[in-house]
Amino acid sequence: MTVKVRPTAFPGQEVGARPQSLRMIAFYRFLRNRVAMIGLAFLVFTIACAILAPAIAPYDPVKMYPTKTLNAPSLEHWLGTDLYGRDVFSRIVFGSRLSLQMGLISVSIGVSVGGVLGLLAGYSGSMIDEMTMRLMDVMLAFPGILLALTIIAFLGPGLTNAMIAVGISSVPLFCRMVRGCVLSAKEDVYVEAAKSIGCGTLRVVFRHILPNVIAPVIVLATLAVGWAILTGASLSFLGLGAQPPTPEWGTILSEGRDYLRVAPWITTFPGLAITVLVIAVNVMGDGLRVALDPRMKV
Amino acid sequence: MWNYIARRLLLSIIVLWAVSTLVFCMMRFLPGDPVAVMLQTSGGSAERIAILRHQLGLDQPAYVQYARFLSGAIHGDLGRSLFTGRPVLEMILEQFSATVQLAAASMVLGLVVGLFLGILSALHEGSWVDNLCMVLAATGVSVPHFWLGLMLIFTFSLRLGWLPATGQGGIQRLIMPATVLGLTLAATVARLTRSSLMEVMQQEYITTARAKGLRERMVVSRHALKNALIPVVTIVGLEFGWLLGGAVVTETVFSRAGLGRLAVQAVLWKDFPLVQGTVLFAAIFYVSINLGVDILYAFLDPRISTQ
Repeated sequence: MTVKVRPTAFPGQEVGARPQSLRMIAFYRFLRNRVAMIGLAFLVFTIACAILAPAIAPYDPVKMYPTKTLNAPSLEHWLGTDLYGRDVFSRIVFGSRLSLQMGLISVSIGVSVGGVLGLLAGYSGSMIDEMTMRLMDVMLAFPGILLALTIIAFLGPGLTNAMIAVGISSVPLFCRMVRGCVLSAKEDVYVEAAKSIGCGTLRVVFRHILPNVIAPVIVLATLAVGWAILTGASLSFLGLGAQPPTPEWGTILSEGRDYLRVAPWITTFPGLAITVLVIAVNVMGDGLRVALDPRMKV
Repeated sequence: MWNYIARRLLLSIIVLWAVSTLVFCMMRFLPGDPVAVMLQTSGGSAERIAILRHQLGLDQPAYVQYARFLSGAIHGDLGRSLFTGRPVLEMILEQFSATVQLAAASMVLGLVVGLFLGILSALHEGSWVDNLCMVLAATGVSVPHFWLGLMLIFTFSLRLGWLPATGQGGIQRLIMPATVLGLTLAATVARLTRSSLMEVMQQEYITTARAKGLRERMVVSRHALKNALIPVVTIVGLEFGWLLGGAVVTETVFSRAGLGRLAVQAVLWKDFPLVQGTVLFAAIFYVSINLGVDILYAFLDPRISTQ
């Protein structure tokens, strides 16, 4: 005799409907967020510009044209030229590479170093946790951009050093976030179960705890990219990041500062590019936060 | 309560000692010789460099320099600038009042605008007013300070001629820099006020107040706002300390004297006594404000001191 079992449904799901994984639910929730999708679209557009920069930019971003200095926007130069006759549009397109690099590399440093420290501190507890958190307190005692400034004083100006400085500045942020998540995750039953079957510390941390703390880290990392781009551009503006003639957006703005009255396009368009990119990244990060856990406060 | 205060005070002192040690170590391991850089324009022979290094105490072992630095810092002596020869503390105090003035003005502007937007947004949740306020808040945290400052200078100084572009002295020269710094604070306060007020408005005592027949304005101002503003009070204290470091770019754009601009110049000059003095001073101020906020919060919410 064959017994047919009537399939049960989860709340809000039709009987007989295929059960959705949490990832799929989060994915569809993100897709339905129009503002976040706009942010994602713009980010993808910027990445495409960065990759295809040599094909998109009509001029060499560093080549000088002494006869075309401070030209207003025209058909020949869509966003005008700067004090050395360089095409502003081409410099902005190539500059998108550097801004995206700044955001991604700095945050990667923060996530990897801060994440590992947070994992170790949260799981080990006692002395390691205390020492790690006191080190984070020391780093957080530097207000605003001063920590990055101090690291630049140590390493010297330059784009790579600015990325390292901004990355190190973001370490306390990720360390605290991951530690907090690990502290609550390690009390869960599945961790106790893993230990009871003989799993070593590394396996418990990386195989069981880490997948459960990855969601808030992804959200924070996305939001931190916007902050890293802003901070990196600020350092370049101050003369401590990318050096001329590198077409970094903050550097372009700094060069155009003395010509604001006669050539405002040199400062207007790169600043607009930074603003729009950071807004896009921030709304995308907010969308991820809502999709992964609407209750999560980052 | 007193145990809590004593613990926080001790922790703050340890953090400040660690900050000073970290900055000292970083400055001492700077690549390149700042003395050689100082003398390169006037022509520095090896003998002259050695004499100047001895005069500045840079030929001493690192631990002797550290002990001297720590002892001096405790007595208020942060050394002398390698380039100007003036006491570092004197240079810092000259600039500090300008930074505090800018931070205070930004704080007032940011609070007024931020609270207004946050309350408006919370009371019109889901409407176009709410969406507009949140878009403004999102823009506020995304706009680069240096670009906003330059755009304000272009519009209000160069085109309209309403406000002076640079320098300091008088309220007119404070408006644009305070707007630049205050905008980011306003965005943060608006978002926090909105979420906090929306949470408080769901509480049962608010329903009771409405059921008693109180007008909505009274419910919000008399009952909801007080509790909704507790997290805002916390963040305001922390933000004031952050403004000291955040003023770096704004002071440079508007050519204002200030601690941040002094720090940038010190880094560019490789003047490490000035770098470590400036950073240490800013850290002391920031940690002190954090300590004050923690103590105030413990008085507002006694559960904190028992944790």
